[in-house]
Amino acid sequence: MKCGLEIHQQLNTKKLFCNCDSKLSDNVIGEVTRILRPTQSEMGEIDKAALQESIKNRKFKYEITDNSCLVELDEEPPHELNREALEIAIKVALMLNAKIVDEIHIMRKIVIDGSNTSGFQRTALIGVNGYIDTSFGRVNIPTICLEEEAARKIKEDGKLVVYRLDRLGIPLIEISTSPDMKNGDEVKEVAEKIGMILRATKKVRRGAGTIRQDINISTGQGRVEIKGASKLNMIPKWVAEEENRQEMLKNIAEILKRRGAKVEDTIYDLTDVFFNTNSKIIAKEIKRGGRVLGIALRGFNGVLKNKEFRLGKELAGVVKVIGIKGLFHGDELPGYGVSEEEVEKINKILKLENDDSFVIIAAPENKGKTALDIVKERAKISMKGVPGETRAPKDDGTTQYLRPLPGANRMYPETDIPPIRITEEYIEKIRQNLPKMPEERIDDLINMGISKQDAHTIVREGMDDVFEKIVKKYGYPTIVARAITNGCEDIDYELIFKALHEGKFAKEAIDDIVLRACNGENIEKIISGYDTSIDLNEIIEKIVNEKEALIIKRGAAAFKPLMGLVMKELRGKVDGKLVSEKLREKINEKINGNSQS
Amino acid sequence: MDNIEEGDYVEVITDKGTFKGVLLPKPKFSKDEIVIIKLENGYNVGLIPKEVRLIKKKDKKIKAEKAVKLEYSPDIPTISIIGTGGTIASYIDYSTGAVHPALTAEDFLFTMPEISDEANIQSEILFNTLSENMKPEMWIKLARAVKKAAEKSDGIVIPHGTDTMSYTASALSFMFEKLSVPVVLVGSQRSSDRPSSDAYINLHSSVRVAKTDIGEVVVVMHAGSSDDKCYIHRGTRVRKMHTSRRDAFHSVNSKPLGEIALDGNIKFFKEYKKTDESTELRDKMDERVALLYYYPGMPIEIFEGVLEKMHGAIIMGTGLGHVSSEFVNSVKGMVKDGKIIGMTSQCIYGSVNMNVYSTGRELKYAGVIELGDMLPEVAYVKLMWLLGNYNFEEAKNMLKKNIRGEMEDRRFLL
Ligand SMILES: [Zn+2]
Repeated sequence: MKCGLEIHQQLNTKKLFCNCDSKLSDNVIGEVTRILRPTQSEMGEIDKAALQESIKNRKFKYEITDNSCLVELDEEPPHELNREALEIAIKVALMLNAKIVDEIHIMRKIVIDGSNTSGFQRTALIGVNGYIDTSFGRVNIPTICLEEEAARKIKEDGKLVVYRLDRLGIPLIEISTSPDMKNGDEVKEVAEKIGMILRATKKVRRGAGTIRQDINISTGQGRVEIKGASKLNMIPKWVAEEENRQEMLKNIAEILKRRGAKVEDTIYDLTDVFFNTNSKIIAKEIKRGGRVLGIALRGFNGVLKNKEFRLGKELAGVVKVIGIKGLFHGDELPGYGVSEEEVEKINKILKLENDDSFVIIAAPENKGKTALDIVKERAKISMKGVPGETRAPKDDGTTQYLRPLPGANRMYPETDIPPIRITEEYIEKIRQNLPKMPEERIDDLINMGISKQDAHTIVREGMDDVFEKIVKKYGYPTIVARAITNGCEDIDYELIFKALHEGKFAKEAIDDIVLRACNGENIEKIISGYDTSIDLNEIIEKIVNEKEALIIKRGAAAFKPLMGLVMKELRGKVDGKLVSEKLREKINEKINGNSQS
Repeated sequence: MDNIEEGDYVEVITDKGTFKGVLLPKPKFSKDEIVIIKLENGYNVGLIPKEVRLIKKKDKKIKAEKAVKLEYSPDIPTISIIGTGGTIASYIDYSTGAVHPALTAEDFLFTMPEISDEANIQSEILFNTLSENMKPEMWIKLARAVKKAAEKSDGIVIPHGTDTMSYTASALSFMFEKLSVPVVLVGSQRSSDRPSSDAYINLHSSVRVAKTDIGEVVVVMHAGSSDDKCYIHRGTRVRKMHTSRRDAFHSVNSKPLGEIALDGNIKFFKEYKKTDESTELRDKMDERVALLYYYPGMPIEIFEGVLEKMHGAIIMGTGLGHVSSEFVNSVKGMVKDGKIIGMTSQCIYGSVNMNVYSTGRELKYAGVIELGDMLPEVAYVKLMWLLGNYNFEEAKNMLKKNIRGEMEDRRFLL
């Protein structure tokens, strides 16, 4: 097995080709509707029919937000490439040991799903021939690109797809590795390391969807791309499941070859068979004018669904994307309300023998025919093995079919933006100011007095500078580390520790403050709630007086229950050590006072 | 680098490693020693080479097979497309990224085969020029080509660069006294090499407009930013009002003649002249006419210098139609010398009115002709045409009269 990674990271600068803010926005202030004209052969071969079907007459609605201008609307030529974004991309490329090209040429990559108003995505190759070392060995990084983010898909409604322009144009760094990784753990390590390097620039966007990973997996046949595999911990599972799926497809291909399997071209209309069916899905489809169409799959019996084989799921997957839900195959019928008698009739009409099987689809006639054509194509490929395709990761570790692999990129130059010459002096200047590598930062933090694990977490989250600054100013390394590792990334930790330093609350309250701040409460308000003007002495005095009897009875042993009462009253607002000192003092006073009188 | 040429597959050896790809042409303004290659992954990069080695000569050009078949059908109208150049008439060669002009009807239809279901397309390429390079002699050539095409087709579509399309539209409007077919100018603001181009809808709509009975010169362009409809503008009323937007073309001081939806349905907003039995052309132009933008501080010598050798001039004055009152005597002298001077407004929107302020009154008294709500560029073309085809007195009278819908009496708030 060979695995490769492609990582996309949004940058926290202005947009790549205009001066709009890189953020998401719910402030929609208008909309336009557009059509894109695909030019020929921009689609893969496998289910051209399906793609054409779905692309034909599609309209795209673009929601205009406060952070989009005429550039995002494709109503004004792009401005020059954002220099800050370019510098970050060069930094990342250098940290990945890549060489920077001498002149950057911005390209247009054709994209016709509507996610770019122009019909293409602008992208530029910045660095080449990089690598990263892992505990499994070296992984090559042949290309590092800087490109524009696509518009955000809001909804898809038949022939209308709605996108929002807030995300379009946010700078993205694209890092592609060679297929050098051999297992899921290695993929995970590489993804994590590259992620840490990206965050070391301190100029990347944070939060859901701001970094995306695609994993390429090949076991010697078709290449499968798992798109949007963003959860690091799930990576080994996704990779393992995909390896199993590919092995299964290879085994199925062997069986089909041995049996001399055959996919027949004829599509049969089987609607009459289901005249009185108990299958709700089929009955419903027939009632609204649909047909039940079927094909014969000679030699496919048992590979569609049994203990180890699941080819039926693959066949259902390729038509699910064009909205077909009522696909059934021979290995699962009778079932789902389809009777044995009905299956017998199908066997007869299709002239099926022992090893043979079939697929039926209940759908409007034309759609059903298109779908069965796609199923036939997919079934034919299954006699060869693993098809190349794009799949979506699921939370249970499996993946599901999305679309065929895109064909080779169709790229041509962006003539509206002149090429950018990158001089050696400029690269040298950036090289001199590179951030430290994550490993060095982890050592720095350990040296400041925290555990290796905390240091790793803090660096991984890109919070090392925040940590360092606070600890250098106010101390408390372990407390700061705990706050940051338990907390969220976008609260003002410095403000909290400044207040702690100024004695506005006791360090016991940190967990509570961080938690509440992460839930969106105002930090200053939380802190002001910890009112240190409370007279500690007064509270202790009050409790000691109330419990005088107890003190007299139990002497110094009364400390423990009284301490509980005082701390309950203070609710963590005062340092426990201080409370215990004062309380002991008061109890002693009481004991001594009583014995004197 | 001997015997290595653009398009060859080469190996570029540099300090940063060895790169393989197709050698691309160097841009005009490239400064230094950089070579540009297209890598296998599709990206272009510029590299400083230590050495460039030939790996494989480029394939001999195989012309891509065009999928469009042009068959004549007697059941549908015949539309002539007369190419002049510009964004709309170009297509991309994806292998090199070069943009080529459309040279044949097949080129036009290559990306828009649906059009051939609705009309038999004939085409000729008259020029291949950027529209900023157009000039009066080319308008005349174009007009003659239109006249010829009108004899053998039911409508004429002229793809044109957008920068000066409204000047050409005006020129054709005045030159044709009668038209037996619609003459439709069309452009695009986004080049046709991109999937989002407005070229397709604009061209498709213009072919449909060319099948109507409009006996005028019109411009068909996007009505808004959405791809939902186009406006049909009268050629003497339209102006490019934005540098880059799809809906850059506006009918100024007037509604468009109508709009055409994506399904071809046309809604008219105004009366239009119906097609005539025949086409009549008056194709002379007097090029000694100036279009002059007045600005505060303009030296009188400049004003006089520009007009010195001219037979006439259209001034884009301030506001309701003014230039510095210091120019009044100079103007008086020029008019006396037999120059025709017309006044329009740099406000573009609204009519000039030279009765309201004293400078206006003085200029009018000095002989300046008030041109109502006529667009400055239209007035400029009109005066050239009048001086080319009529005597001085006739030209003077006709300049201030509406002859092709270029002036109207009433303007509206909504
Ligand atoms: Zn913008």
